[in-house]
Amino acid sequence: MDLGLIAAAGIATGTVLLFAAIGEIFAERAGVLNLGVEGMMLMGAVGGFSVTGATGNPWIGVAAALLVGGLLGLLHGVVTIHLRADQVVSGLALTFLGTGLARVLGEGLTNTNVERLPALTIPLLADIPIVGPIVFRDQSVLVYLGFVLVPAAWFWIERTRPGLHLRAVGEAPAAADAQGIGVHRLRLAYVVFGGMLAGLAGATITLAVAPGWFGDQTVNGRGWIAIGLVIFARWNPIRAAVGAYLFAAISPFILGLQGVPTILGAQNPFLPGRSATFFLEMLPYLFVIVVVILGSRAAARRRIGAPAALGVPYVRGERGH
Amino acid sequence: MNVRLEPRTATPGWLSPAITLGAVFVALFISGAIIAVVGGDPVRSYLHILDASFGSVGVLSDTLVKATPLILTGLACALAFRMRLWNIGAEGQFLLGAWGASAVVLFPLLPAGLPGIVLIPLMMLAGMVAGGLWGLIPGVLRARLGVNEIIATLMLNYIALFWIQFWVFGPWSEGGFQQTKPFPEAAWLPRLTDLADVVPAFGGLTVHLGLLFGLVAAGLLWLFLERSRFGYEIRLIGDSPRAARYAGIDIGRRLVVVFAISGALAGLAGMSEVNGTVHRLQDHISPGYGFTAVIVAYLAKFRPGRVIVAAILFGALILAGREIQPSGVPSMIQGIILFTLIVGDVLVRYRIRIDRGAGAPVMSLPSAPPTPKAG
Repeated sequence: MDLGLIAAAGIATGTVLLFAAIGEIFAERAGVLNLGVEGMMLMGAVGGFSVTGATGNPWIGVAAALLVGGLLGLLHGVVTIHLRADQVVSGLALTFLGTGLARVLGEGLTNTNVERLPALTIPLLADIPIVGPIVFRDQSVLVYLGFVLVPAAWFWIERTRPGLHLRAVGEAPAAADAQGIGVHRLRLAYVVFGGMLAGLAGATITLAVAPGWFGDQTVNGRGWIAIGLVIFARWNPIRAAVGAYLFAAISPFILGLQGVPTILGAQNPFLPGRSATFFLEMLPYLFVIVVVILGSRAAARRRIGAPAALGVPYVRGERGH
Repeated sequence: MNVRLEPRTATPGWLSPAITLGAVFVALFISGAIIAVVGGDPVRSYLHILDASFGSVGVLSDTLVKATPLILTGLACALAFRMRLWNIGAEGQFLLGAWGASAVVLFPLLPAGLPGIVLIPLMMLAGMVAGGLWGLIPGVLRARLGVNEIIATLMLNYIALFWIQFWVFGPWSEGGFQQTKPFPEAAWLPRLTDLADVVPAFGGLTVHLGLLFGLVAAGLLWLFLERSRFGYEIRLIGDSPRAARYAGIDIGRRLVVVFAISGALAGLAGMSEVNGTVHRLQDHISPGYGFTAVIVAYLAKFRPGRVIVAAILFGALILAGREIQPSGVPSMIQGIILFTLIVGDVLVRYRIRIDRGAGAPVMSLPSAPPTPKAG
């Protein structure tokens, strides 16, 4: 197998996790847990795919994915922020809703083809030895958007005034409110933004990384993996990016084992058609559990945890539970 | 105009059930509108669901067969949710339960020809132990390492799915098919139709003993939650973890036990499904019972008795939904119902106040305290 190609594909699939994880980081840093990432991604995936099919323009498809992701984020935001419903249950409902609705809307889209987003090669950077061809050659435009988004998100959250407000509503909403920051308005804005990024993550799958619509297998648990990555990343976009690319780069190597006839001279027990191959398929999910254990331990040890007000609705004049 | 939510001081008894019912109807209305938009006929779809699930004694029996695993997985979720423990892993625990039960007859450990009276309890036990152990994993991870149980249980669902596939494609595969050989007949749960010799009216009815497991489990869970000290502690933890901690309750230990019981209930569901309907282990034994269970538990407000009713409703949806096009409709309806339920919950807890006119009323400041006279 060509290691370079596998690594390049890893960067591309990592972009999917990256968008979803950074979107979730924005929502959670603002104090709203959104477990509906899987559903929003599926809706973004089917929305982007079907609109591209109807219009012939993948950019309109991307816009549609951002729109449906944002609308679902808005639904979750209004229900949890303004109506103070439980964030866990609302997020689960969003996943059920998104999954079912995406399957309804995606009926008849399987086995169809649509225009893909263009792939680009960055002139000088692609000539860098080893790294260049992997990272900068023939990657989808969305991959480069991912490269830009990571430092931008970090800078926005950690180094700007609006970012300070974002952290304030997630850590100490009462204090933020006293400073005249509109807690509800700001939280809603970031939940919607997070939804848009999740929608974009879905469209990244159907319009760039693995074009096509395969029902709920299209996303196949990656929304949940993104939520796991957020814990691993301790709510930091840069760590989330490292996690997303690493995860995506390791997975194809593991699954690539299925293509090798022998391992260390012995017959490969993981060949497709042999039952042990299912243990390989388990590994990404097992890996997420391990990664979340590591993230939780580090968070406990260094006393850096989730944003203090995560999951708690803010009501003026009322102390959180 | 200003819309505010005010906590209700007193909630009339009829309000909660009325809003639950209303929420279901609103959800069906919204789903119907979506079905109409994508080109379906909502009225015909709903009438079809009604007819294909409750239209005759025969299909009613099939509905109850679908409801059986939902009762048990629904109870599993209701118990965990009551403690605000988000066990989204009933699907995986169900699969492990089915695997554990199958292992009893498929590993050549027991002498052949054991009677059902021995075999069935053994398989129940094995299913509950396997499901319980699978539930124990996220419980221990949460209690000891603070690992988010939602992520852990979801990932374990995927792992359980591949675990089953390994066995049915590999060591237990019958002739290369994705299924094991059938269980010995002694292991099959008796069905109503088996009694047709005595009661002819039971002929063709597929309801099996698993339904009784579900009903008994609901009764036991009610006793456990409402009448035992442990159950009281679980409810206290669910309502106010802080109060529970002040009361000296070891939350971590309760959490592990609840996860194990929850997993055992879901595991029993898996056993009941393989022993009662397919009589062998195969791929795709669950159309998402463990996920629908989340909604069943929520619709039932975590009350064991109401879980039975909710499970029958969703059993009907799963049974009749198989023929509805587009195929995502049942899962979409489930998602919309869950949403309208949580919004409905808000109406139960809060009163919506709309202030017309110029914002909130101005409160008069208390008059300044009288200045003490000098002198």
